[in-house]
Amino acid sequence: MRLTYARVSCLLLASAFVGVLFADLEVTALNPWADLRRLFIGIVTPDLRAIDLWSVIWTVSFAVVGVALGSVTGFGLAILYPKSTAIRRFALIIRSVHELFWALLLIQVFGIGPLTGVLAIALPYAGIFAKVYAEMIEEADLAAVRVLPFGTSTISAFAFARLPEVAERFKTYTLYRLECGMRSTLVLGFIGLPTIGFHLESYFKQGRYSQAAALLGAFYVLIGTRRLWARPAAVPFLIVFSLWALPASIGGGSTMANLVRFLGHDIVPLPLRTGALLDPATWMALAKWFWAIFTTKIIPGTWQTIVLAQIALVAAGFLSLVLFPLVSRTFLGPIGQTTGRIVLVVVRSTPEYMLAYLLLQVIGPSMLPAIIALALHNGGIIGYLLGRHADSLEQRRDAPSGVELYAFEAVPRMYGQFLAYILYRWEIIVRESAIFGILGVGTLGFHIDGAISELRFDVAVVLIAATVVLCAGIDWVSRKLRGSLKIATLPTRLAEAAGAQAFADKTFADKTLASTGAAR
Amino acid sequence: MTGDIFFDLQAASAGYDGRPVLHQVDLQIRRGEAVALMGRSGAGKSTLLGLLYDQRPRDIALVPQASALVKPLSVFHNVFMGRLDRHSTAYNLRNLVWPASQEISQVSQVLAEVDLAEKIREPAGALSGGQQQRVSVARALYNGRPALLGDEPVSALDGVQGAAILKLLKARHQTLVLVLHDIGLALEHADRIVVLEHGHKIIDQPASTLQARDLVGHFGGAS
Repeated sequence: MRLTYARVSCLLLASAFVGVLFADLEVTALNPWADLRRLFIGIVTPDLRAIDLWSVIWTVSFAVVGVALGSVTGFGLAILYPKSTAIRRFALIIRSVHELFWALLLIQVFGIGPLTGVLAIALPYAGIFAKVYAEMIEEADLAAVRVLPFGTSTISAFAFARLPEVAERFKTYTLYRLECGMRSTLVLGFIGLPTIGFHLESYFKQGRYSQAAALLGAFYVLIGTRRLWARPAAVPFLIVFSLWALPASIGGGSTMANLVRFLGHDIVPLPLRTGALLDPATWMALAKWFWAIFTTKIIPGTWQTIVLAQIALVAAGFLSLVLFPLVSRTFLGPIGQTTGRIVLVVVRSTPEYMLAYLLLQVIGPSMLPAIIALALHNGGIIGYLLGRHADSLEQRRDAPSGVELYAFEAVPRMYGQFLAYILYRWEIIVRESAIFGILGVGTLGFHIDGAISELRFDVAVVLIAATVVLCAGIDWVSRKLRGSLKIATLPTRLAEAAGAQAFADKTFADKTLASTGAAR
Repeated sequence: MTGDIFFDLQAASAGYDGRPVLHQVDLQIRRGEAVALMGRSGAGKSTLLGLLYDQRPRDIALVPQASALVKPLSVFHNVFMGRLDRHSTAYNLRNLVWPASQEISQVSQVLAEVDLAEKIREPAGALSGGQQQRVSVARALYNGRPALLGDEPVSALDGVQGAAILKLLKARHQTLVLVLHDIGLALEHADRIVVLEHGHKIIDQPASTLQARDLVGHFGGAS
């Protein structure tokens, strides 16, 4: 069967439809509207005294040190990335494990302390940086490399002919990642690190929404002003300050002993720990042990993860198609530009994990909060990027406007890009769906969290590996689909689109001019 | 004036993706010759230059088509790149961050010869096409290898500037192979003219035995 846009869309829709048949979509809260009202009142009456300054500083510190460590490591990996399959696999594995899972594992070794927070960010980010930096190096204009005199050392060639071409994009991307890093550290607060998320969690739980709103507001300001304080020149100062400010470790005992115990005992499958390695019965027990995990945890967890992800994916798609005209200058002029900026700031500053947690308090435990959180977050991102894309489309002079423009020009012309974004975010949504298990939905994360709280780390590691395999599989299918639909490239990445949006209109226009000039 | 054989291609063929670009080209170039390579676009000139480069990469300074500058770096750095192989990596990196004054003065001397001394601190991307081409020439001059391979090294310059640059290149480099589109410049500055057509060598004669009308027919961009 030849794949077309329509067929792929129908397949995705069908998968979501099947998902809805099986999903638990009940509103179990006794009185969600009362809770929503209290939430709303809280938002308009923020209690600024609730802002704990140290939690704000620590949110920044963890992010700065974690992202800095991740970017330096990722840069080193990126240089070898195109040449070494081993490096590519290593980067894939470390970035496939979500920072929350990393943190849950690292806490066992380092306790709840600075090293756990920093490494939980640095490890997955190093894998992401390695891939993205390597892509940027590959895409750069390398004409000058061929002109270098014969015998130029590899490092000199890299520093003179390659690095300057990519430095600007590296800078933009790395500082954008710092923002992601702050979102990640906030979320790590929900499992005990002393960041803003730590306080948010307890305020949400107690229904003290005024206090939560103030803290969240502080976080929005932090993200919104990122360009003012996270400048390249300020980076060394930020790193030194963050290293100084990081909190002391809480408990945990001897790190080395913990590490040895964790690697040598805790994550070794139970049958291997207790039985003799040469005894065939040990291996039979291992097979049984794995089969039990597979049937009682991996299969149901994966099924629930996919059910959640498919519904959320299609919901995000619909939302983005509704949203994009509202954030586009082509459709709404200056209003579109303003709404675009607001959507961008909210989407970039609201971690979907926190959104799901909040909705869970309001709606009660079911799959619904997770679906809404994922759909809002991803629909917002895709809608925003589609809006930017719509603004960059050349319109003929006699093009229609309003609904006709939407239905006859914008959507048909952008549908391929829309599918590209949807398929690109698919893997991200599956990974987040797995994570949301920690909140109580029956996805893989639910079983991982359960195994960790029962101190069965051997089981947890197998389940995390299952998550990695699932995400890699979805990524593979997504790439195949994008390849056969010939929509492999994304027109705009969030890091770069957002960078352009932040400048005044003039800069935006200059950039457009410059890029069309370069295309010529 | 001319010496031993410097480049020696015998029955050289080349192609991309199975599509042949050069067919059985024989070409001997002696030390000290200045050869103009001419022909329509797609005739195989750049491919031929590539084959010559592969013969003795250690002895060659290149002026590639479209300048090939690192645009975010300054003019100084782009010219300095011509000698990266002759310094230690540490010294190169030091000059990337903080150029040494002796390097600046040497580079500005070279830039003065192509009339760009005052642009030394500007980013290469901020220059016009003709200025970028002269930076590319300066990089080759600074490189100082005995042979020069130039792929349309003066295509973005006017006739007077182009002539001055060709004179400069000839004075500095012993052996030159230059892809040229301007018949007048080629006849005036080259000792020998080679014309390619569809990957075959169809003319290979001393410039003194040729006149403009012998070349016009084989070459689209006659001026």
